[in-house]
Amino acid sequence: MKTSFTVNGSPFSIDLDPRVTLLDALRDHLNLTGSKKGCDHGQCGACTVLVDGRRINACLSLAVMHDGDEITTVEGLSEDGRSPLQSAFVRHDGMQCGYCTPGQLCSATAVFREIAEGWPSHVSETLDGPYALTREELAERMSGNICRCSCYPGINAAILETAEEDAGYAEAAE
Amino acid sequence: MTFDLKIDEPHPEHRADGLAQGVLEQDNDRPDGWLKVAGTATYAAEEQADDMLHGFLVRAPKIGAVSCPNVDDVRAMEGVRSVLRDPRMIRNAAQGTANEAPAQGVDRAAYVGQPVALVVAESFEQARHAAQALVVSVEEEDKPVQPDAVEPEKPEDKSTELGDLDRAMSEAAFTVDAVYTTPSMVSAAMEPHAATAHWDGETLTLRGSLQMLKFNRNELADSVGLDPKHVRVLAPYVGGGFGSKLGISADCVAAALAAMELKQPVRVVQHRRNVFEVNTRRSETRQHIRLAADTEGRLTGLGHEALVSNLPEEEFSEPVIQGSHFAYAASNRTLGMKVARIHRSAAGSVRAPGESVGVTAFEVAMDELAQAAGVDPVNLRLRNIPEKDPESGKPFSSHRLEAALRQGADAFGWSHRHAAPRQQREGEWWIGTGMAAAFRVNMVIEAEARISLTRDGATVMSDMTDIGTGSYAIFGQIAAELLGLPLDRIDAQLGDTRFPPGSGSGGSFGAASTGTAVWLAGMEIRKQIADRLGCSEAELTLKDGKATYANKRASLRDLLSDEPITGHGHVEPGEAAEKVRQATFGAHFAEVAVSDVTGEVCVRRMLGSFAAGRILNPRTATSQCHGGMTWGIGMALTEELTHDRRDGHAVNRDLAGYHLPVNADVPPLEVHFVEELDDWAGPMQAKGIGELGICGAGASILNAVYNACGARVRDMPATPDRVLAALPS
Repeated sequence: MKTSFTVNGSPFSIDLDPRVTLLDALRDHLNLTGSKKGCDHGQCGACTVLVDGRRINACLSLAVMHDGDEITTVEGLSEDGRSPLQSAFVRHDGMQCGYCTPGQLCSATAVFREIAEGWPSHVSETLDGPYALTREELAERMSGNICRCSCYPGINAAILETAEEDAGYAEAAE
Repeated sequence: MTFDLKIDEPHPEHRADGLAQGVLEQDNDRPDGWLKVAGTATYAAEEQADDMLHGFLVRAPKIGAVSCPNVDDVRAMEGVRSVLRDPRMIRNAAQGTANEAPAQGVDRAAYVGQPVALVVAESFEQARHAAQALVVSVEEEDKPVQPDAVEPEKPEDKSTELGDLDRAMSEAAFTVDAVYTTPSMVSAAMEPHAATAHWDGETLTLRGSLQMLKFNRNELADSVGLDPKHVRVLAPYVGGGFGSKLGISADCVAAALAAMELKQPVRVVQHRRNVFEVNTRRSETRQHIRLAADTEGRLTGLGHEALVSNLPEEEFSEPVIQGSHFAYAASNRTLGMKVARIHRSAAGSVRAPGESVGVTAFEVAMDELAQAAGVDPVNLRLRNIPEKDPESGKPFSSHRLEAALRQGADAFGWSHRHAAPRQQREGEWWIGTGMAAAFRVNMVIEAEARISLTRDGATVMSDMTDIGTGSYAIFGQIAAELLGLPLDRIDAQLGDTRFPPGSGSGGSFGAASTGTAVWLAGMEIRKQIADRLGCSEAELTLKDGKATYANKRASLRDLLSDEPITGHGHVEPGEAAEKVRQATFGAHFAEVAVSDVTGEVCVRRMLGSFAAGRILNPRTATSQCHGGMTWGIGMALTEELTHDRRDGHAVNRDLAGYHLPVNADVPPLEVHFVEELDDWAGPMQAKGIGELGICGAGASILNAVYNACGARVRDMPATPDRVLAALPS
C-alpha cells in the first residue's frame, strides 16, 4: 500500500505491506534505526515517536495509518544530536546501555508539551491545569518508558534541568 | 611485545595517583552517550542490507517429541525461503564462558518454549506470519517441572561443614531458623536478543547482542561446525545484558545456519515473549537459614542451605551460598546446595548470580536476629565482621564493610530510627526504615587489549563489550591518564573479535580485567616513549600531549614518527586468588511506606554505601549502583516469573506480566563510595561495582517493611497479598 508521510521534516512516499508497523517502516524501510524495538507489544516504550507532536508507541501502530502525518523520531529532535535535552541526558548519565534512550527522549519532549497544554496525569490533584513539572508528575508521565539499566535518577534530573534552564523548551517542542 | 601480568602479588605502589593527566577517577561523560542520545549507536538488528532475509523462531508449546506436519505448506507460503529444522540449532543460550555449543536439537523439546524451527522469509511480516502458521505437534512426555518433584542432586564440592551447628543452635541465647524463597527472575534487558548473520562461503560474520565475544565466537563456531578462525562476531553496542547474553543465543545460531544455507544475510530477532524463555532465567531458590547467637548477638553458628533448579545437561547452578562463606564470623557452619533437575527453561547467570538472592535472604534473617536479640541491625553486622575468611582462614585483601556501614548509617540518618515496628503512621501508611549489608565476590579473568598511539591520538582496541557498564568511558580514561592525552584524543573501539580478546562483560570483572589490560598496554607505550627520551618509565611525565623528563620536554607529536607506537596488555588471574579472600562490601538503607489497607509498599528513598576499590569514573559507577538498587526494588516487591505447575511454562512471559520497576516505582537514590584502594586487585587497585548494588538491596526494603508495619515477608516478592497476610492481627 502506498503511504506518504513526513519524517523529521522530509517527505517520504513508500509502498508497504499493510502489516508493517510504523516502527518497522522507520527502522527497516527508511533506515531510521534510532527508534528501538524492545517488545513489539506497547509494553516498554523504547519505540516512542512523536506523531503530529504527540507521543505514541510506534510498534502498536501500522505505517499505513499515518498517511499525511508528521512524524518525529530521535534523529529529528535536533540537527546535531546535542539539543539541551540530549546534552542533559549525557551530562546526568541518563542512559547506560542506551537502548531505551531514544524513547525516553521522545517521551520527555512530549511531556514538556503535555504540561504546557495542561494535560492532567494520574497523579495530578485536579483535572484542570495548569500543572508544574514536579518530580512526581514527571515520574508518573515517564513511567511508560522502561529502563532496565534503571537510569531513572539521571533521566529525571536531565528532564527537570532542561525544563528549568530552558523555559522556552516546551514552546520550542511544539 | 606484550606487557603480561599475572596477579600473584599486591600492587602497593599506587601508580595511578602519580600520573599527571588527572582524568582517572574523574566524573566524565560516557563518550558513547552522544551516539545513544542521537540514535546513531547501532545495535545487533540495525545493520541494513538490500538482500536481508528475516527469520522468526518457532517455539515448542509442550515438552516432548516434536514434529511439524505442515512444514511443506509453510515452505510454499508467500515470501518464505526456508523452514529450518536443523539439529545444530541450540536448545537454550549457552552458559557464561561455556566456550562450546550448549545442548542442541529440535526434535525433542526439553522445556516449553524451546525453539524448534526458524522460518526465514523475504520480509519480517512474511516470516512472522508463516511462523504462526507452522503447526508444532508434540508427543507429550511427562517430565518433572517442580523443584520438589525430584530427589535433588547434592554436589559435595558445594558444601561446607565446620563445627556442630545443631549444638550451637541448641546452646544459643538467640536463634533464627526460617525458610526463605525467591522466584524465578529474568534479566529482561531492553534490547531483545538479536543477530544479523553474513556468510561469504568461507567466513561467518555475526552481529549479535552478546556480552563475551571471545567465548561467543567459539560457541557459535562449535554450534554450526566451523573453525573459529572463520567466525567473526561483532557487538559494539549492546542494549543491556545482565547475564542473559553471556553465552551464544538461539537467534545467533539459527541466523548463522540460515545465512549459510541461503547464502544471503539473515536477521533473527527474538520476540520479547521468546526472550523470557529461550535465554537463561535466575533459578527460583528455597533457602533454609539458621543463625545461632550469644547474648550480644555474636554469631556462634550459621547455616545456609539452598535448593535451586536447572535443566539436565546444564552445569550452572545458582551459587546462592557464595556470599555466606565469608560474610560473617561463626565457628559452627553448615552450608550446602541442592540442585533439582527439572524441565523449566534453563537457569543461568542473572546480575550477581548467588549473592543477589543469597545475600538478600540472609540479610532478612540477620534482621530477624537483630530483632530477637534486641540489637540494632547496624551494630549486629558490625559485631560479626570476621577478621579473616571464616572458613579458609585466609586474610581479606581489603575489608571496608565497617566503613560502609558507618558512613551509610550517618548519611541516611539511621540514628533517628524507631527500633520497634509500627511506630510511625501517616494516614493509612505505616512508615519504616531498614538496612542490609552487601557482599559480592570479586574476580579477575584473563583479558587482552591493544593501544595504538599516533600523532593524532590513541586508539584502544579490545573485543570487550560495553553493555551499558561504561567500558568505553573508563578505557578512554585509563588510556588518557597513562598517555597524558586529553580524553577527546582517545578513541575506544570495542566489540569485535578482530581485536585482542578482552574479558567480556560479566561478573563485575570488566573494569578490573580488561581495564587492567588497557593499563598494561598504556604502560608498554610509556616505556617506549621513555626509551626515546632516555629515561625510565617511572621518571616520565606525560601530560596534555607533552613528554617531560628532568629538564627535557618534547611534544608527543615530535617524538612519534609516522609509525604508530603500539602497546599490548595481557592480564591473568594468579596466586592472589589463592592467597587472599577478595570481595566488595556495602550497606543498603531504605525507607518505605506500607498501606495498612491494601498492603502496597512504596519505597520512599534508598541509600547505598559501597566499597569497590578505586572508582574509575564515579558517574558511570553511580549509575551501575542505581541499577543494582533498583533491581533490589524489583526483587523485593514485584519481580516473579511464574511457572505453570503442570508443564513448567513461563506464564507471565512479557513486560506486562513480569513487573520491572518503572520510573514512578523508584524513589530518589543516593550512592556513596567508601574510600578504598585494594592492592590485591591489580595495578589500579580497582574492583568490580556492577553487581554489588543488587546484593542485599531487596533485604533493606523487606526489613523496612517489617519495621514499618510488623509484616515479616519471607517469600519474595512482597506483593500486597503477602504483606496483608503477614500483618500482625
